[in-house]
Amino acid sequence: MEIALSWYLTLAAVLFAIGVAGVLLRSNLIIILMSVELMLNAVNVTLVAFSQSMGDVSGQILVFFVMSVAAAEAAIGLAIVIAIFRNKLSVDINDFNLFKW
Amino acid sequence: MDLAGAYEGILFDVAGGFTLLLLMTAGVVCIVWDIFSNDDPVLPVLAAMTCVVAAGWEVRGLDAGSSTAFYDLIRAYGLTSYINITLLISALVSIVLSVPYLNRIRRGYGEVYALILFATAGAVMLASANSLVTVFVGLETMSIALYILVGLVRQGGGGIESALKYFLLGAFSTGFFLYGIALLYGATGTMILPDLAAGFEARGSMMLLFWAGVALFLVGFLFKVSAVPFHMWTPDVYQGAPTPLTGYMSTASKAAAFAALILVLYYGLGDLAATKWQTALAVVALVTMVGGNIFALVQNNVKRMLAYSSVAHAGYVLVALVAGTGEGYAGAAYYLLIYSFMNLGAFGVMALLEWDQKEGSEQTIDSLSGVGLRKPILGVVMTVFMFSLIGFPPFGGFFGKIAVFAPAIEAGFTWLVIVGVLASALSGYYYLRVLYVFWMRPQSWSAPQVQAHKFPVPSLSAAVLVACAVVLTVIGFVPVVRDLPMVYFDVAFTGGTP
Repeated sequence: MEIALSWYLTLAAVLFAIGVAGVLLRSNLIIILMSVELMLNAVNVTLVAFSQSMGDVSGQILVFFVMSVAAAEAAIGLAIVIAIFRNKLSVDINDFNLFKW
Repeated sequence: MDLAGAYEGILFDVAGGFTLLLLMTAGVVCIVWDIFSNDDPVLPVLAAMTCVVAAGWEVRGLDAGSSTAFYDLIRAYGLTSYINITLLISALVSIVLSVPYLNRIRRGYGEVYALILFATAGAVMLASANSLVTVFVGLETMSIALYILVGLVRQGGGGIESALKYFLLGAFSTGFFLYGIALLYGATGTMILPDLAAGFEARGSMMLLFWAGVALFLVGFLFKVSAVPFHMWTPDVYQGAPTPLTGYMSTASKAAAFAALILVLYYGLGDLAATKWQTALAVVALVTMVGGNIFALVQNNVKRMLAYSSVAHAGYVLVALVAGTGEGYAGAAYYLLIYSFMNLGAFGVMALLEWDQKEGSEQTIDSLSGVGLRKPILGVVMTVFMFSLIGFPPFGGFFGKIAVFAPAIEAGFTWLVIVGVLASALSGYYYLRVLYVFWMRPQSWSAPQVQAHKFPVPSLSAAVLVACAVVLTVIGFVPVVRDLPMVYFDVAFTGGTP
């Protein structure tokens, strides 16, 4: 039995929504970073599904770029988290309030 | 894909993408050089020379018609050259201003200049985007380099907190942006911008998918250009970042994002989308102009005030995009050029007047009393920048505002322009307040301030700032600069008849 395109798209949309909810609701930096990765990977599922269903390869090429960008972003993100942890001994976003309004 | 002429075409491709290749190569050279000779003072010179050479190369492309290279992935010459020159000037001025500044705070790392080159390469890629893939890769190359530059000063907490906020919100908006690309791809079956409209019809006009994609895609751009309501990161990030690099972020990254937006709207969505996104964009432009100016009124911190002012200026450029005509896009490109000089200058002056040892993140406007009398060169050039930011004739800002507002009136958005003019009248208050403090307040400095102000103004920085001020004074009287982008757009183009 072949799985229809809409199933993949729904899966990706749900994953994306979970990622967005994670970024908005959690206050631990590491979990927020993981949620961002989840959002990017949800997009990857969408791209691959579209690409496969249309028989066009450019969507899958973008997926490779997304993966490398996600890796670079994770490296920078974790570096920033380590730097800020050394200053504040905390990874809770509610503790970072030097600047407001 | 026809590969028959691949080898013959490669020279043309390399010529078309020369700026991009040169910036990337120079960036890698800087990094490797820095390994063997740590923080070599030659590196900023190398980076600056790269920008000069690349800008010289792009001047050749100004008169040429726009063409594509690398199998339609990037666009070369024409508008791209015009925007690239803006970006390269911005990088050059930032590098020159950064050297004494970073050396003074003992952060003169060689990697900084490599990162500026990489960020500029990303910006150039955005400005030459002809495919959704290129837009994404360019945007991320630029952003990731900027995340690092913002967090350059790790001690004290301010800079790294800015970097964290920029990174988190940037990565979050990248998610939406990318989802938008995926949906657009699904609705059109292509990544090449000029093929979007045809692909949309060929795939059977999937309205929901397409418009959801466009909306998410625009959110990503509006975040990058810091339009209200996606501007919340701007003041925090601008306040905490090292000041010359704030100037770079507020000009180059904004100009590049706007350039890509212009390319997407003109080549990609223009034919089929006019009436729908125009209304949405008009609302965003309205709240951006009003919001940016009102928030700027109540700021006491200089860098936050300038940050909100840059939000307001994004609103003015959006007005030109709302017009949706070739004239409007040309006006936006012209405005971005002028805006770069004004903002680089304003942040450059502030960089030279810092006394708080925290990269200006705690510097209030009142602490600048009497600076104009003590450092007359900085005072005079700041006067030019402030009047130009208000849009006061005969400075460049005035001509820029005409170029963005006039097409919007012609396209029937008179109400939006009236709001814009009122908002920029409002902006006079906070810009003139800076000048009032500079020239008319008596000096009442504390000991550390006096100490910091013994720091002499480096002659090269002063020369660059004076050059920016001179350019702003005369640019309005050189009509060729304004008329040049006009020829890149089909004048009859009205964004598809409604």
